[in-house]
Amino acid sequence: MIDNIQLNSEGKLKHFLSIEGLNKGLLTEILDIAESFIGMNDQQIKKVPLLRGKTIVNLFFENSTRTRTTFELAAKRLSADVLSMSIATSSTSKGESLLDTIRNLEAMFVDMFVVRHAISGAAHFIAQHTAPHISVINAGDGQHAHPTQAMLDMFTIRQIKQDFSNLRVAIIGDILHSRVARSQIQALNTLGAAEVRVIAPKTLLPSHVESLGVNVSHDLTTGLKDIDVIIMLRLQKERMTSALLPSESEYFKCFGLTEDKLKIAKPDAIVMHPGPINRGVEIDSKVADGPQSVILKQVSNGIAIRMAVMAMAMQKQGAV
Amino acid sequence: MSQIHIKQGRIIDPANKINCVGNVYIAGGKVLSVTDQPADFTPDTVIDAQGQIVCPGFIDLSTRLREPGQSRKATFKSETIAAASAGVTTLCLQPDTSPVIDTPAVAELIKELAEKAGYPQIYPIAGLTRKLEGTELSSMLSLKQAGCIAVSNAHQSVKNLLILRRAMEYAASHDLLVMIRPNDYWLGNNGCAHEGAVATRYGLPGIPEEAETIALAQCLELVNLTGCRVHFGQLSCKRSVIKIYQAKKYGLKVSADVAIHQLHLTENDIIPFDSSYHVLPPFRTEVDMKYLRQGLASGTLNSICSDHQPHDIDAKLGAFPETEPGISSLETLLPLMLKLVAQRAITLEQGIASLSENPARVLHLKRGALTVGYAADVCVFDPDLEWQVNAGNWNSQGINTPFWGQTLKGRVTHTVQAGNVIYSLETSGQRALS
Repeated sequence: MIDNIQLNSEGKLKHFLSIEGLNKGLLTEILDIAESFIGMNDQQIKKVPLLRGKTIVNLFFENSTRTRTTFELAAKRLSADVLSMSIATSSTSKGESLLDTIRNLEAMFVDMFVVRHAISGAAHFIAQHTAPHISVINAGDGQHAHPTQAMLDMFTIRQIKQDFSNLRVAIIGDILHSRVARSQIQALNTLGAAEVRVIAPKTLLPSHVESLGVNVSHDLTTGLKDIDVIIMLRLQKERMTSALLPSESEYFKCFGLTEDKLKIAKPDAIVMHPGPINRGVEIDSKVADGPQSVILKQVSNGIAIRMAVMAMAMQKQGAV
Repeated sequence: MSQIHIKQGRIIDPANKINCVGNVYIAGGKVLSVTDQPADFTPDTVIDAQGQIVCPGFIDLSTRLREPGQSRKATFKSETIAAASAGVTTLCLQPDTSPVIDTPAVAELIKELAEKAGYPQIYPIAGLTRKLEGTELSSMLSLKQAGCIAVSNAHQSVKNLLILRRAMEYAASHDLLVMIRPNDYWLGNNGCAHEGAVATRYGLPGIPEEAETIALAQCLELVNLTGCRVHFGQLSCKRSVIKIYQAKKYGLKVSADVAIHQLHLTENDIIPFDSSYHVLPPFRTEVDMKYLRQGLASGTLNSICSDHQPHDIDAKLGAFPETEPGISSLETLLPLMLKLVAQRAITLEQGIASLSENPARVLHLKRGALTVGYAADVCVFDPDLEWQVNAGNWNSQGINTPFWGQTLKGRVTHTVQAGNVIYSLETSGQRALS
């Protein structure tokens, strides 16, 4: 199925809600535009006037530090006016509906919403109901999608590995609840990765997970064989209380990435994590801070990717 | 009470094995004669049914009219007009109103509201347990005496099987029908979509079919234990159909229905996040839909229900998992049944029987047939008349239907309830304008 809502009549990006429905060309364009922004990080003046006069509102219905900050920085470097709102603690707790919140902000002549929400489909819903000139960027909705995170991961992988076609990528951990994993799997498959493997106990895998286009393993020691890219996922503490796992220590024993286990993968394998990391739960500190880790690189790349996506979505309004 | 002559329609009355062109004569609220003109019959109303089908009025085993308690969603007034315009002459109301139908006073209130709306044939279904909480038995005998036709726990699962056993034993003692939508609360896990490829792709909390089949298997064992008469409503998957087939073969006194939309839609239709497709149980796979259709054709599933659940606009306005489940479905019931016939899934006789004769048998009601002496509940419809589902053609207060805007085939032209013409398509336009 094609998510037409994301594209305008000329096939250009209007909203960025999920990787699904976007083709390889468009994903590559995002990566290329991000590439052009990445040099800016080292410049004295880290600003371009692409979105001057535009107003971007970061609507965070769910708490987040890194994602919100990088979106904010990205908007500022594009010279947009940016407003960040944590709605988790404001309007909706007063009983205001999602749509009312959106309508109120629309009335303040906003050009773009960056939305993070705990419910799957929230970004789609806002995109469907917002005024036609407004773009919506999904900064993570429930367990559905986190497309900018996936794209910054693709960007990081491309920086180091250049080409996707020979890559075997393992995603390890709580796939069931992970919007990041869903978007990564779609992006990797669209960009033509040789294999995407998910490694987790059955309790942390959604049913029909193979239908996403992945191979499945329940064992880290065999699952890591021939792997070029290792993506670790964060394990939430709630998973223990809802009987998905017996304990953190048992999880670490089976699925925690240690130096020994890392040796099973290819020698030049890179280690990624969308953060924030749980040291000693899904990843050993020695690995997280070790030479194969690119975790902090991911964070830096987040700004460039978000700049690229924002600039592209505003293109229809004469920017870029 | 008027004398009605329904002229020269194709009469299809599965209970009496009638399928011919002819006349129906109604007097004193009852069917006076089918085909043969009675002596001294001077009709005051003549319905020309040429080119149309005349059949027993439809009986709906699961409806929600939202009153008392949620009149912002729908009212008896709006929904009984919707029912009449859909050829439905008997409604069974689920007990999850506010307050719950768990006392004779609420049951009587329902009866009163029905009389006031000019649509008396409404049967409340009483709560199986008090407040549907699954902990104490409702006063089933008093509720039966107050006019409740069955008992059910609506969408709430009775989590404690001992309580369910006792409730079934008690219901059986008073020859009350128990209606159950099988759903294991824990396995359902607050899901909103079929646990399958689509829910996985969209990160939607899934409801596995086992939430239904395991609860169904448990209930079937309790039917065997208690001898209670149980009707299973709104089944959604292949293995439920197989279980009902086996239970009937084994000799258990069970019956089952399927909601009309389950026979047409699958998990793929919800893509991406269209809340008008949010229903419980969720739409499942093509295979499940095929088995539900076959189950209906083979008689394993006795009947089709509308599972009518009108909502206000706000209830469906939100991210998919946060919206309320349910479809406003009375008015699309007939055209969707006819679509099954057009697709050769069932015959027209089977379709009509599944909406009239069969639910009447489930309820032990002397209705659902054009038998002489029975209350004259008749539906006259034009099977070829096309109409668009839009505000001008819609009566329910709830416009929450995935079929909105679509053109459907088959429309009711007249509905007669106990000898009263409660709907006529010709005059309905004026009502819509007023």
